[in-house]
Amino acid sequence: MSIFLKYREWVLAAIIALMVIGISFYAPAFGTLDNATGVLNDTAFLFMMALAQMIVILTRGIDLSVAANLALTGMMTGLFNEVFPDLPAIVYILVALSIGGGLGLINGSLIAFLRIPPIVVTLGTLAIFRGMIVVIGGGSQVNTSDMSATFLGFPKLSLLGLSSVFWIALAVALFAWFFLSMTRSGRGLYAVGGNPIAARYCGISMPFQQLLAYGISGAVAGMSGYLWVARYGVAYVEIASGYELTVIAACVIGGVSIGGGVGTVAGTLLGALFVGVIVNALPVMQVSPFWQMLISGAVILAAVIINARAEGRALKLILPEARRAAAQAKR
Amino acid sequence: MSDTPSPSASRYTVADRAPRKVSTFLLRWESILVMMLAAVIIGNTLKSPYFLDPFNLADATYNFSEKAIMALVMALLILIREIDLSVAAILAVAALAIGFMGEAGYGPAALVLTGLLVGLACGAFNGFLVTRSGVPSIVITIGTMSLYRGIAQVSLGDQALATYPQAFLDLGQTYFINWPPVPLSFFIFLVFAIGFAIFLHGTPTGRRLFAIGSNPVAARFSGIRVDRIRFALFTLSGLLAGLGAVLLTARIGVMRPNIGLGWELDIITMVILGGVAISGGVGTIGGVVLAVFVLGLSTFGLSLMNVPGIVINVLLGLLLIISIAAPIVIRGSTGRR
Repeated sequence: MSIFLKYREWVLAAIIALMVIGISFYAPAFGTLDNATGVLNDTAFLFMMALAQMIVILTRGIDLSVAANLALTGMMTGLFNEVFPDLPAIVYILVALSIGGGLGLINGSLIAFLRIPPIVVTLGTLAIFRGMIVVIGGGSQVNTSDMSATFLGFPKLSLLGLSSVFWIALAVALFAWFFLSMTRSGRGLYAVGGNPIAARYCGISMPFQQLLAYGISGAVAGMSGYLWVARYGVAYVEIASGYELTVIAACVIGGVSIGGGVGTVAGTLLGALFVGVIVNALPVMQVSPFWQMLISGAVILAAVIINARAEGRALKLILPEARRAAAQAKR
Repeated sequence: MSDTPSPSASRYTVADRAPRKVSTFLLRWESILVMMLAAVIIGNTLKSPYFLDPFNLADATYNFSEKAIMALVMALLILIREIDLSVAAILAVAALAIGFMGEAGYGPAALVLTGLLVGLACGAFNGFLVTRSGVPSIVITIGTMSLYRGIAQVSLGDQALATYPQAFLDLGQTYFINWPPVPLSFFIFLVFAIGFAIFLHGTPTGRRLFAIGSNPVAARFSGIRVDRIRFALFTLSGLLAGLGAVLLTARIGVMRPNIGLGWELDIITMVILGGVAISGGVGTIGGVVLAVFVLGLSTFGLSLMNVPGIVINVLLGLLLIISIAAPIVIRGSTGRR
């Protein structure tokens, strides 16, 4: 079974390929290049957000506040645009990155310095960020008519049929790969998640790694917030509501271990692509979009259970000898 | 022998327990919650003349009783280092079944039974997956949350179910005791709270939960059937979510696929504010009950002041983080982990 683990990503890629082929037989429109780019454009947000979430989960943490951060930063960037219209798009991206990163660092400081469990902190900030949208926006929404041309234009740019959002997601993926495999602090994320005590003895600072992880997670969520608001042309309270669970689901399908220290960029991207293909296939196959949740739930369960079986049950049985003895005694 | 040690002559005294200090008692999480609760009640009474009205208070309990019932078993799950994120989705599936039975014209007893059984079945499925697969329950229940909520969405789409016998609706819409006014859901919560407290703090199985939460491996080696208890608690969680579905549908009289959406986070907030450590092994039912009242009454008080619901969420989120952070900052340590 170790083959499955070693080639885990290949297996997932093969499943996605089979799915795409199967769906294309059923609905030929799905197998076209046009549709493929459509799927990639559509899934771009999930690619970025899942990678950022993976970085947090590597440290044995979890960031439930990403979707709320996305919505709040999107709203704040939208309001910033009302005050300073017609700045170049890069300015809005930088503003969104810093707001999102700042929000992420709030999470990170509470977790790193006060050592409050991540799930508690991000559950709290989820509610706070979401509510702050109403407080800051005065309960109103930012509409397309309130947004400037440069603000709206950027996500609509495209190259080779792929939108700028996708190219940014690709850049995030390359950055994540480089950061996680080539840099000291990137490797440190695996170390603190794999064995915090050993990491401590190696001189890796847990608080620093946590700040880094939640800061990155927040920054990516914030940037996605700007892109999301500009792409869909509206900022309001409910944006991306519940999206954090889709993001975590993509990570889990992609083989990121909730226990920390295990996860790859390729696996996470494939996990996100898997969700993206399903979401996009349903309308093509004329299946009601209401099926999406049920299917992704079934897939998550199947993925994690197959994965657990592949890892073997040795970890599970605490008293295998005793059980075997009991079984023999019965005979 | 002349030097037989007498109790008074001994250099040491052997006490049954450490002496109780006032400071330890005051720094107990439950004491802090009592002070918070007192502050909430006094503050709201001064702020609004409508706060201390028994009928208003009784109606305020409607808004948290179903969640509070589900929080009791969530507290036990978190205590043994597990978590059930699918409770709200189980509630939706159970409410769906109740809705269909209502459309089919069954009586109130059948509706209640359906809700409970469907909840039980969903919970047992969770328990089965968690104990059989060895995958962390947070992952399993994210999966089943999607699955259960998905079942409700696929079956109903954008429709709603709203045919229920009047006797069933009366369960949720009339007072169970007329004076003082006590709704059925709140009454059930009180009874269950007492039951859970006795179970957790007064029975051997309750002690075993603390053992599992402190160290599951050691607990298994000392002969505790860890997996059986896990399975039982997940099943119970499903059953109480089914009960929540019964009470909620009876109260609002309509079932939509988004019923109870996001409740799992509200419920977990109640449990964590109640002082149950997310890392397991620490917590009391009394703390959870107090947290339920702190959250429920502050929500009620704030809405009396016309604060919008989403802003209340901001304040409750702040309350959660500050109340966990403050003792850590004050003590300068990380004792409550």
